[in-house]
Amino acid sequence: MEEVFAEGSSAVHRTDPALRVVAATAYSFTVALMDSLTGVLAALIFSILLVIVARLPAGPLFRRLTAAGGLLLLLWLVLPWSYPGDALLRFGPLTLSRQGVWIALIITCKTLTILMGFVVLVASMHLSTLGHTLHRIGVPSKLVQLLLLAYRYIFVIEHEYQRLSRAAKIRNFRPTTNLHTYQTYAYMVGMLFVRATERARRVHQAMRCRGFNGRFHSLDSYAPTPWNFVLAIAMALVIALLAYLEHLG
Amino acid sequence: MHISEGYLSGPVLLSGAALTAIGTAVGLKRLDYDQIAQGGILASAFFVASLVHVPIGPSNAHLIMNGIIGLLLGWAAFPVILVALLLQAVFFQFGGITTLGVNGLIMAGPAVIVAYVFGPWIGRSGWVGTAAAFASGAGAIALAAIVMAASLFFTDEKFMAVAGTAIVVHLPIMGIEGVITAFCVGFLKKVKPEMLSG
Repeated sequence: MEEVFAEGSSAVHRTDPALRVVAATAYSFTVALMDSLTGVLAALIFSILLVIVARLPAGPLFRRLTAAGGLLLLLWLVLPWSYPGDALLRFGPLTLSRQGVWIALIITCKTLTILMGFVVLVASMHLSTLGHTLHRIGVPSKLVQLLLLAYRYIFVIEHEYQRLSRAAKIRNFRPTTNLHTYQTYAYMVGMLFVRATERARRVHQAMRCRGFNGRFHSLDSYAPTPWNFVLAIAMALVIALLAYLEHLG
Repeated sequence: MHISEGYLSGPVLLSGAALTAIGTAVGLKRLDYDQIAQGGILASAFFVASLVHVPIGPSNAHLIMNGIIGLLLGWAAFPVILVALLLQAVFFQFGGITTLGVNGLIMAGPAVIVAYVFGPWIGRSGWVGTAAAFASGAGAIALAAIVMAASLFFTDEKFMAVAGTAIVVHLPIMGIEGVITAFCVGFLKKVKPEMLSG
């Protein structure tokens, strides 16, 4: 669990996070709503350009893309064979339909395009920055505080889970498919919830002591850079171009 | 359980986002500032629980636990689950911006429903309480699989087979979540019963 893409000094990393979040949202929705292969391929090329400009580490990015591959594989195993359309190939009772392959191809490109856009624009900032940015662009403050607290404590709770898991291992717990295994995991997760609640009580008291009044303050500031302007123009142009390609069909 | 970016149509994405926005608004209204720490840290616990893999035969599955989050939090499950999904999107790129609404609905909608339907029976001792806990865990997964299948079906009726596969794949997970939720609720009743009264 690491924010591998957040470290970096590329042009993208230096632009205003609020601009990046807004651009990512507009870009994701534009691509998600496209149906023409030309448009989707153009977007895929743009996403690859973004990855190059942001100089993201190739290894972790590749692992994230293969993680999306599991669901895509399932899609390719089912959709082309079940989608009604012109037969492309016959295997006994199974028929590969041309329309099915076409749609699976478009979905694959869209998934990869949006995923890369999201990694470049949003996963390129730390979650604390994202939280304060969401607050700046009008997300309700309670939701932002939930996000910031959850982010702060996932590492702590993860550590708690490792302790429980180690304690079980030392007592010779070997997970297999039986009721005892499920009971043990249930108790571990139950203990995790109990400890989370206990910790929340102490955290709440500490917050009260420090005069928490429903606001977290951010010390981050982003100096204006010409890259803000470049990114805003580039994203607006690309989105307009994609809309035009989609309009052409 | 989530749908990746690029699969669903505009109307489905927007309906999901609208329903999740309503659920989140209700949840936030019921969560006052004294419970923010509780909600935030339970969101991290939910996130960590989803990293736990349990064996099923030769394979394994990760826990989901949206049923128990519903029992513990009621409507507040919406904002808490939404936050956990956002963390998953940023850390692992499971889901993304456009599917946040639909995925929130898939996970949190069932959580709130089981809290209303089975919540009142959870406190009972003996087999009634255990059965209600099992039904909360298994029911939350069943409903989630149905919402997921419905979002695929409403995108394109010809996705029927894909939607059906999504439901079948989740059948064993339903059983496991039911069993684990039943044990987990039994554990909480002994260790910290006040957590379940909320």
